[in-house]
Amino acid sequence: MTTTVTKLEKLVGKRIKRKEDPRLITGTATYVEDVKLPELLHAAILRSPHGAANIKSIDISKAAALPGVVAVYTGADILGVGSVVCAADLPGLRKPVHHILAQDRTYFVGHAVAVVVAKDRYVAADGVDLIEVDWQPTQAVTDPEKALAAGAPAVHPEWPDNTAFIHNQEGGDMAQAFADAEVVVKQRIVSQRLIPNPMETRGVVADWKQADKAMTIWTSTQIPHLARSILAGQLGLDENRVRLIAPEVGGGFGSKLNVYPEEALMGFVSMKLQKPVKWIESRRENFQTTIHGRGHVDYLEIAAKRDGTILGLKLKLIQDLGAYHQLLTPAIPTLSVLMMPGLYKFRNISAQVIGVFTNAVPTDAYRGAGRPEATHGIERMVDMLAAEIGMDPAEIRYKNFAGKDDFPFLTAAGLTYDSGDYAATLDKALEMIDYKGLREQQVQARAEGKLMGIGISTYGELCGFGPSPATPAGGWESATVKVEPSGKVTVMTGCSPHGQGQETSFAQIAADELGVPLDDVIVLHGDTSIVQYGIGTFGSRNTAVGGAALFYALQDIREKAKRFGAKMLGVEDGEVVLADGHCTDSNGNSVTFQQIAGAAYRGIVIPTGSEPGLVATRFWEPSNFAYPYGAHIIVSEVDKETGQIEIKRYLAVDDIGNIINPLLVDGQLHGGVAQGLGQALWEHGVYDDDGQLVSGTFMDYAMPRARMMPWIESAHTITPSPVNPLGAKGVGEAGTIGSTPAMVNSVVDALAPLGVRHIDMPMTAGKIWKLMQDSSIQEKKA
Amino acid sequence: MRTINVSVNGKQYSHEVEPRMLLIHYLREVIGLTGTHMGCETSLCGACTIEVDGKAVKSCTMFAVQADGAKILTVEGLAAPDGTLHPIQEAYWTEHALQCGFCTPGMIMITKQILERNPNPTEHEIREGLDGNLCRCTGYQHIVNAVRTAAKAGA
Repeated sequence: MTTTVTKLEKLVGKRIKRKEDPRLITGTATYVEDVKLPELLHAAILRSPHGAANIKSIDISKAAALPGVVAVYTGADILGVGSVVCAADLPGLRKPVHHILAQDRTYFVGHAVAVVVAKDRYVAADGVDLIEVDWQPTQAVTDPEKALAAGAPAVHPEWPDNTAFIHNQEGGDMAQAFADAEVVVKQRIVSQRLIPNPMETRGVVADWKQADKAMTIWTSTQIPHLARSILAGQLGLDENRVRLIAPEVGGGFGSKLNVYPEEALMGFVSMKLQKPVKWIESRRENFQTTIHGRGHVDYLEIAAKRDGTILGLKLKLIQDLGAYHQLLTPAIPTLSVLMMPGLYKFRNISAQVIGVFTNAVPTDAYRGAGRPEATHGIERMVDMLAAEIGMDPAEIRYKNFAGKDDFPFLTAAGLTYDSGDYAATLDKALEMIDYKGLREQQVQARAEGKLMGIGISTYGELCGFGPSPATPAGGWESATVKVEPSGKVTVMTGCSPHGQGQETSFAQIAADELGVPLDDVIVLHGDTSIVQYGIGTFGSRNTAVGGAALFYALQDIREKAKRFGAKMLGVEDGEVVLADGHCTDSNGNSVTFQQIAGAAYRGIVIPTGSEPGLVATRFWEPSNFAYPYGAHIIVSEVDKETGQIEIKRYLAVDDIGNIINPLLVDGQLHGGVAQGLGQALWEHGVYDDDGQLVSGTFMDYAMPRARMMPWIESAHTITPSPVNPLGAKGVGEAGTIGSTPAMVNSVVDALAPLGVRHIDMPMTAGKIWKLMQDSSIQEKKA
Repeated sequence: MRTINVSVNGKQYSHEVEPRMLLIHYLREVIGLTGTHMGCETSLCGACTIEVDGKAVKSCTMFAVQADGAKILTVEGLAAPDGTLHPIQEAYWTEHALQCGFCTPGMIMITKQILERNPNPTEHEIREGLDGNLCRCTGYQHIVNAVRTAAKAGA
C-alpha cells in the first residue's frame, strides 16, 4: 500500500530544552544523600588536624561507649582492604601506599584516621568528637619548590627528596632553536592550586547482602564502571556481584573522576555490620579531602626570530602532587607537555616535569586537567614575546598558526591535530569585537589616563579522551540501543553525564537516526547493573566518543530494521530506504518503524539469516583525540585607585566541531569560562607552612558569584572532526582553557604602560593594587 | 526533645525533635522532602534556600525548633497540585538555567524572593539578588535569563 511519509524535522543542531530537567526543577531527583534504606546507619570520619603528624595512640573507648554508636574503626581494622588506586604510571614513579584509614602517620590536613558508625549523623559526629588521639606533629612542607630544596621535611620519610618522578619529553631540537634565536623570553608562571567544589559534595551509601555476597554502592562519581572494578578489587569481591550506582550527581569537574578512601571504607563497614551505611561529605571535608586541581610552577623560555617566528618552547614544570597519588595524579602534568605548542607550528620543544610530594591533599584532574596550565603557558609567552619585539598580539598569532591546509597536523609534542582553521576563527573574533576600533579606543583611553586592556587567547586543547593506548584504563565508549516492541527506544550509554545533558542530546541523535519522536527516547546511564561496561564522563568525551558509539549502535538498529522492513514489504533487502520513521520500497509502499519493532519481537516474520529482537550494542574506539580550539578576547579596565578589574567585554569564538544542541553548548561554555575566570581573578587553594588549608570555606575561597561574572558573548566557527562520525569535538573544558590567558593578557595589556609584563593568578584587586604601587615607583625612577 | 508544629507546602506536621536538629534535616529526614539540598552548612552557598513565613531563609543554619508555628514553602511546593509547573520552574527549564541541578532548588526559591521584592529587576539587580547562592555549573548567565523570563511571565 502506497503511503505518504511526512518528512521529519531534524533535531540535531536545535536548541532543545533538556529532558532531565523536570525532576531537577521540582526537587524530586535522587542524589546520593537522598538514598534511604531500612536500618540505614550513618558514618562520620575523624580526620587529621595536622599537615604532618605521627599517631602515638588512638583511644576510641569513649566514642564506642556513646549510646547510638554502633562501631568505631581505625587504621588497624582496615588492613584487609586494598589501598587507594592510582591508575597512572610513569617510568620510575614512586607510589606511596595510600591506606583507606591512616596507619601510624598522617600526611595532610583531612587525612582520614577513624570512622564512627551510628544510628544517625548527629550521634556519629558526637562520636568523632570523643575519639582521643595522641598526636605528635612533625614539620610539614606545602610549597613544592620548598619541598625540592635541600633539607626540606620529607613528606614520605622513605623519599627524602620529595620527588615522585621526573618526566622528560623532547621534540625537535631545542638546543638548535636557542642557537638560532634572535630573542628569548623567559618567565616563571604559576597555575595555582584550585579547589573544584562541585555544589554536591561526595557521598557514599553501601549495602552488603551477605546471602548473595552482593554489594550495592551508591556513590557520587563520574566513572561508575571503573569505580566498580576498583572497589571490587579493594574489597575482594566479584565484580559482577558489585552494583555501582551513580544516581543524580551534583557536579564533578574532574573531582569525581576518582575513587576515594571513603568508598571502600563504607563497603568495609557495611560488610562488617551487615547493614547499609551512608557517609555524606561535609563542605569542609570537600575542601580538605577531595582532590584539588592545577598546582603548577612553570619555568618557560620561548625562542624566536625578531620577525615573530617562534622557534621553540622550553618548560620546566614543577607539579605539586600533594601527599599521595589519586587515580590520575602523576599523569595530569604530562598532558600539559602534550599541549605545550598550542596552535602554533614551531617544531621544537623541551620539557621536564618534576612531580613533588607535599603535605597537602592530592592534585588530580580538574576541568581541563593539564591543558589550561599549558595553554596559559604558551598564550602568555606568545604575548610576552609580542611585547618584547613590539608586535601586535593578534599578528604574532597569525604568523605562527598551523595553516588550514596543514591538517592532519603533527605537532612538536607528537600529537596529530585533527582539523582546524585557526586564522578564520581569530578573524571572526577580531571582526566581531572590532579589534581595530578597540585598539584606537585604547590609545584614547590611555591618553585620558585610563588603564584599558585587550587580551587575546587563541587556545587549543586535546579532548574526546581518547585512544585507549593513550589512557590509563581504556578510552573507548559504549552504547546500547534497545528498541521495545512498541517502537519506544531506550539508550544505555557508558558515559556518566552529571549535568552535561546527554539524556537530551543523545535522544536527539537517536530520534533523528530512527525517525521517532524525541519523547519516545530515554537515555539511561550510571547504573552498572543496567548499563554495559563504560568508561565514564571526563575530558569532554561524552559526545565525541560516547556519541560516536551511540551513532554506530543506531546504524546497526537501522540495518536490522531495514531487513525486517524489506521482508514485511516482500522485497529484497537492498530495495528499501529507512527515513522519517518509515521503511519504504521503490514502489512507495512502506511500514513504520513501530510496526517493524513489533514484528521483530513477534517473531513470525524473520528475515533469512536474521533473528528476533531489535537491540544493538557497540563499543567504539577512537583513532585519535579531538582538538577543539578558539579565540577568546577580553576587554578590561583596571581601577587605578583600587586595583579592581572590570571586564568590559568577554567574547568567545569557539570551534568545537559539529554542534548537537547549541543551548547545552552555551551552558557548557559559560560554566567553563566561569571556572577559568575564577582561577584568573579570585580562586586560590592556599596552605600555610604548617599544612593548614587556610582557604577551606566558601568565605575564604572566592568562587565566582553572579555579580562577579561578565556577560559572555559567544559565537562559533565549525570545523567538523574527522575522528568521529558526528564530527563533534567537545566543549566541556573549552571555556576553562580559553579564558585564563585572555584574562591575564588583558590585564597585563592594561598595565603595560606602567611597565608590567606578567601577573600570576589569581589577579585579586589587592595584588593589582600592590603591583601598581611598585610600577609607579619604577616609572618615576625611569 | 521538643514538639514543633509547622506547615510545610500547605500540609500541617507535628513532630518531636532534638533542639539541635537543623531545619534542613527536619525537612529532608523527618518529613522526607529531599528537594532542599545541603551545600555548605554555613549559609554561604544557598542550596538550602526555602521560604519561612514568606521570607527566603537558608535552612542549614536555622534550627527546626525555631520554625515552630511557621509556614514553610520548599521547592516541592511550587508546582500546582496537578503538576503544572510554577512560572519560575518553567523559566529555568526553558532557559537551560541548570546543569547538575544541585543548586537549582535554592536558586528557584531565591528567584521567587527576588521577583516578589522587585517584579522587574535589571540584570544588575538580578545578579545582586542571586549573590547568596552559588552555582558551579552555569556561569549564571542562563540563570539571569531565567529570572528575566520569569519576570516577564509575571512570576
